[in-house]
Amino acid sequence: MRIAVLLKQVPDIVEELEIAADGRDLVRDDLRYRLNEFDDYALEEALQLKSAAGTEVVALALDGDDVDQILYTAMAKGVDRAIKVSGGGEPRSARAGALMLAEALRPLAPDLVLTGVQAPDDLEGQLAPLVGAALGLPHANVVNGVTLDAGARTVKITQEFSGGLVAHLEGQLPVVLGIQASCEPPRYAPVTRVRQAMSSGKLESVSVAAPARAPALALRRLAKPEATGHAEMVGGSVEDLADRLVAVLRERGFGAKS
Amino acid sequence: MASTPQDRYGRVQRIVEKEHAVVEGVDLPGPWNRMFEQRVIWDNDTDGLDRIRAIPGAESLGSCYQCGKCTGVCPIDIVGSYSPRKIYKDIQIGIDLMESPDLWLCTTCANCLRVCPKEVNMVDIMPAVREQAIAIGSHVPPELAKAFENTFRHGNPMGEPARKRADWAASAGVPVRILPKQPGPVDVLWWVECYPSYTPRGQAAAKALARLLTALGVDFAILGAEEKCTCDSQRLAGERGLFEMLAEQNMKTLRQYQFQRVLVTDPHALNAFRVHYPKLGGTYDTIHYTKFLAPRVAELGLRKRIDAKITFHDPCYLGRHNGEYNAPRTLIEAIPGATFVEMGRCRENSYCCGGGGGGMWLDSFTGDHVQERLSERRVREAVETGAEILAICCPYEVSRFEDAVKTTGNSGKLAVMDIAELLDSARQDA
Repeated sequence: MRIAVLLKQVPDIVEELEIAADGRDLVRDDLRYRLNEFDDYALEEALQLKSAAGTEVVALALDGDDVDQILYTAMAKGVDRAIKVSGGGEPRSARAGALMLAEALRPLAPDLVLTGVQAPDDLEGQLAPLVGAALGLPHANVVNGVTLDAGARTVKITQEFSGGLVAHLEGQLPVVLGIQASCEPPRYAPVTRVRQAMSSGKLESVSVAAPARAPALALRRLAKPEATGHAEMVGGSVEDLADRLVAVLRERGFGAKS
Repeated sequence: MASTPQDRYGRVQRIVEKEHAVVEGVDLPGPWNRMFEQRVIWDNDTDGLDRIRAIPGAESLGSCYQCGKCTGVCPIDIVGSYSPRKIYKDIQIGIDLMESPDLWLCTTCANCLRVCPKEVNMVDIMPAVREQAIAIGSHVPPELAKAFENTFRHGNPMGEPARKRADWAASAGVPVRILPKQPGPVDVLWWVECYPSYTPRGQAAAKALARLLTALGVDFAILGAEEKCTCDSQRLAGERGLFEMLAEQNMKTLRQYQFQRVLVTDPHALNAFRVHYPKLGGTYDTIHYTKFLAPRVAELGLRKRIDAKITFHDPCYLGRHNGEYNAPRTLIEAIPGATFVEMGRCRENSYCCGGGGGGMWLDSFTGDHVQERLSERRVREAVETGAEILAICCPYEVSRFEDAVKTTGNSGKLAVMDIAELLDSARQDA
């Protein structure tokens, strides 16, 4: 049994993000990237399934800045293979990326494909459905629980809906799942192991053809969030504080009209 | 005839008795040479202890003969139940240290090692066992894992942007030369370290030290964004791989510049440069800022009085680990108007702030296993002396002690100040 995990790098917001002059992209020169948090959950879920059912785990990521580091870290955490998928040009749309990943997944014939429910850079949340559609496999998104029955080749999942509703689904493998949360927090990758992975030379590469036609959303403009509210620090005696609080609440329309 | 007595579990203990035994020329016949046969250890399975002793670096744990001297001086035992002796006993009765919270509580303060007649060295044991535990995938407390990841990604445990490492220097009030921007030979390369670079109170101490160095006419420079954590505490917390990676990067950076010696703000950096970087091939003439300033204190022109009782907390990695006790005291005593008072636990027997050996990044975790934080205990000791100022010279301590002043209800009674800040205040015109 083989599980594939799709990983993606996103800008690290430790460094301040700047918008490029044309307003359509970030200034990427000094940008650093890290693994999308939800993909980290997908990776952890795959590794938990591996230790429970002894499955093979293969990590795949589209080529890009800092992606080697992400795949080496996945190796340090315990994936059996890590594959960098290149081809096509940049920037690529989520749909183009999904088609390329599906192309790379096909020869692997995975029984289960996991990826993060969404990534903070585009918030589309479409990768799992798009990969599922491209491979002709059933798919489910916003999954926060996965139980495998390797013998019966079935999977039970819990899927989160808005309003506190949870769906319990069961299906035949293979399936594609977008993971919202793993059953355990993502594990720590010891640096010694990351460095061993780096020097092992076991990072695989495949090249796939760029998709001929992949519809994409046109990005018109990026903007930083504008502050619409502010905090007011109130000082003074208890009486002053009470007066000011009452005044603020009245301004907002609370309380009886005086 | 030999009898067959039973031990308290009803097991037979055989007695050995020879007809004649000659010991140093004296004939001890029959019952006079009677002794018990060597006892088989039934009570405890030795496998657990053997597993720990087999880890390179952790061998000395096996030497413990349970005298308990460590328990009396262990700073964690004073606020909880800990000490090498207890850890040994726990392992003996079958507790797996790799999975036990005990693995993460030691701050490697080295007070146990100071008194241990058998040289059981927790400063080597704990990092070695932690490294193994991390390697086999044992649970790493998440706050510690976060500090490791931040150090790996950004070169500092707080996860601050590397580019902003020297931002404090712009408001120091004196020019601070940043070597990558203004290259060329320099006498003193000042290794600022993470907490003085990024935390508000650490930056205040860094700016004060910059002004002191300028006043002394020292030819100094910093590395700015090229400096990364020396990583000694991460090593002690079990991340040897991370330490080696950062050490290699730092040594590579240092090779690019010409300087005579390294001045450190942080005693943990002192320990790294003096003790551990040489093992990796990087040898530097390294000095802590208190040691650097002490012989020059007369040149600082300290004129402004600070009329206060001042006590001082010896940092574990300046005192016990690197043997420097006098320089900080020389500096405090040179402040006009100041009265220096010692706490009961001082110098070689100083208490620990709780920040060393990874403790800096385990506050929530450790808090679940002690009755009060080490920093709180220490602040109460400082208050008991009647001191108004707790002087420190390790950047880990200021935030720990300031928080503890608040949580122990001593706000307004005790100020926590870096020695550099005290000297800088005493130097400015009234």
